[in-house]
Amino acid sequence: MSTQSIGIAAGLAQANDRFHAARRRQLMTLVVVVLVISVLPLLVKDVYLQNIMVLTLMYTALSQSWNILGGYCGQISLGHAIYFGIGAYTSTLLFTKFGVSPWFGMAAGGGIAALVALVLGYPFFRLKGHYFTIATIVVAEAALVLFLSWPYAGGALGIQLPAAADNWANLQFGRNKLPFIYTALALATITWLVTWKIEDSRWGYWWRAVKDNPEAAESLGVVIFNSKMAAAALSAFFVAVGGSFYAQFVAYIDPDSVLNFHFSLLFALPAVLGGIGTLWGPALGAIILIPLTEFTRSYAGGSGQGIDLIIYGALIMLIALWKPEGLIGFFVRQPKPLPASADEGAHS
Amino acid sequence: MLIWGTATVLEVQSITTTYQGLIAISDVSIDVKQGEIVVVAGANGAGKSTLLKSISGMERPKSGSVSFEGSRIDGVAGHDITARGIAYVPENRRLFPRLSVRDNLMLGSYLHRKKADRDAPLQQVFELFPRLAERLDQRAETLSGGEQQMLAISRALMTRPKLLMLDEPSQGIMPKLVDEIFRAIVTIRALGLTILLVEQRLIESLEIADRAFILQTGRVVLAGTADEVGANPDIRRAYLGM
Repeated sequence: MSTQSIGIAAGLAQANDRFHAARRRQLMTLVVVVLVISVLPLLVKDVYLQNIMVLTLMYTALSQSWNILGGYCGQISLGHAIYFGIGAYTSTLLFTKFGVSPWFGMAAGGGIAALVALVLGYPFFRLKGHYFTIATIVVAEAALVLFLSWPYAGGALGIQLPAAADNWANLQFGRNKLPFIYTALALATITWLVTWKIEDSRWGYWWRAVKDNPEAAESLGVVIFNSKMAAAALSAFFVAVGGSFYAQFVAYIDPDSVLNFHFSLLFALPAVLGGIGTLWGPALGAIILIPLTEFTRSYAGGSGQGIDLIIYGALIMLIALWKPEGLIGFFVRQPKPLPASADEGAHS
Repeated sequence: MLIWGTATVLEVQSITTTYQGLIAISDVSIDVKQGEIVVVAGANGAGKSTLLKSISGMERPKSGSVSFEGSRIDGVAGHDITARGIAYVPENRRLFPRLSVRDNLMLGSYLHRKKADRDAPLQQVFELFPRLAERLDQRAETLSGGEQQMLAISRALMTRPKLLMLDEPSQGIMPKLVDEIFRAIVTIRALGLTILLVEQRLIESLEIADRAFILQTGRVVLAGTADEVGANPDIRRAYLGM
């Protein structure tokens, strides 16, 4: 027994080393990707392309945040626009009415969104599967109507962000896109790092367990309801931070430009396309989807509204048919199963 | 070493549990003492699984009481019962099919906050089932039936339970591996655990069990030591065809 257990301990240590080496490789990949993206805007001076870069990075961060609840915990929300809107409105209102720095507004918006996620989660997480998804759509639409008829928040007219001095404290830079690119890159990096950290944490394991087999999770002592609530709060926080960023970037918000269902869709789609519940899926999906959206919008113009939706639909159908695990499946290969041992015919 | 068969760990007192309005078990009482292997046997539909579900908190008994280490646990939430030291390996194993073997095991251990509490049982599990160590990175769904059962038992052990409840671990597994799993159960007991085993394979279970309860249409019809139950003429007729 003792020589055997030494062998096992060594094997276990090796397996652990492999696991941690793989995680370190992920980090190295991130460093390389971030470096490349940092240099890119110095070479590409075209404002239109830089604009697309900001949006792509922003949606990477947003989809990564959506992925925490939708991908890892398996709770598909199509109402995350509500948190995006909360983030956008919180920082904008704080700035216009009280002169509070948008950085503080971001944190405040994130906090409020997390609270709202908990309040909504309390009833909603009693719903399963599609019923949960439908509830999230309904409540986001209700929020849209609410903001349309709320005079303090500008109602249907929205709020124009008053021009202040162009600096980092105000997160305003006039026509200069570079600072926004780097801020969006920072957001995307932070959400990536949070997800990376979660993957090997107790919450990460719990969320994946809740997604894969809730009953088995419960039999292992996982409190399903609390797990979902934690995922929802964290996810909402970062989506709201993204919302504040977006408000600063476009400098004008109205209910339709931050609470529209279109946003909820654009948080979910990159993750689904790239690989739901994976570390790189949202980024991969965003890099394909967001430029595509922007190009079709600018080439097709007003009459082309909806063309991007047709393209999304087609992409999702293709991915569902050929690569259900997402485009990431082309890059990552699953460890090959060892040949099953001699008890075949025993599959249940 | 513990003295086996002294303190009662689990006491189920005349519980009745209904399933969709039908009485699944009625007035069932069993007890399990520290360090014992107790088998509950009976035909399909006798209420064996319902009994385990009533203990693990997945079903709520309509009447009667369940006590673990002296305190009532009927009505306590399932995850709390796990935290108190009862691990349950359900009939269909309930693995996380799309997660790796490693993730499945880690999930069992995250009940504990300290890293040492998570690593120690892992070592134990691999001594018990070395073949799992070779398959750490595979998805659980790619394991054979026997390996899946081993993984399910291992994952339950990762919660560091005091009482391990197994629902038909031999189901759908080839005979050679059934022996291996039964031997593992004996080893697990030797580690200081108490075991409540539900089985249809009465004869093999009696070989490793200390005591047995026979269920029939939701009632305990026979209880005794493994030898007594094995010697009972009705049992010999029903299970051995003698």
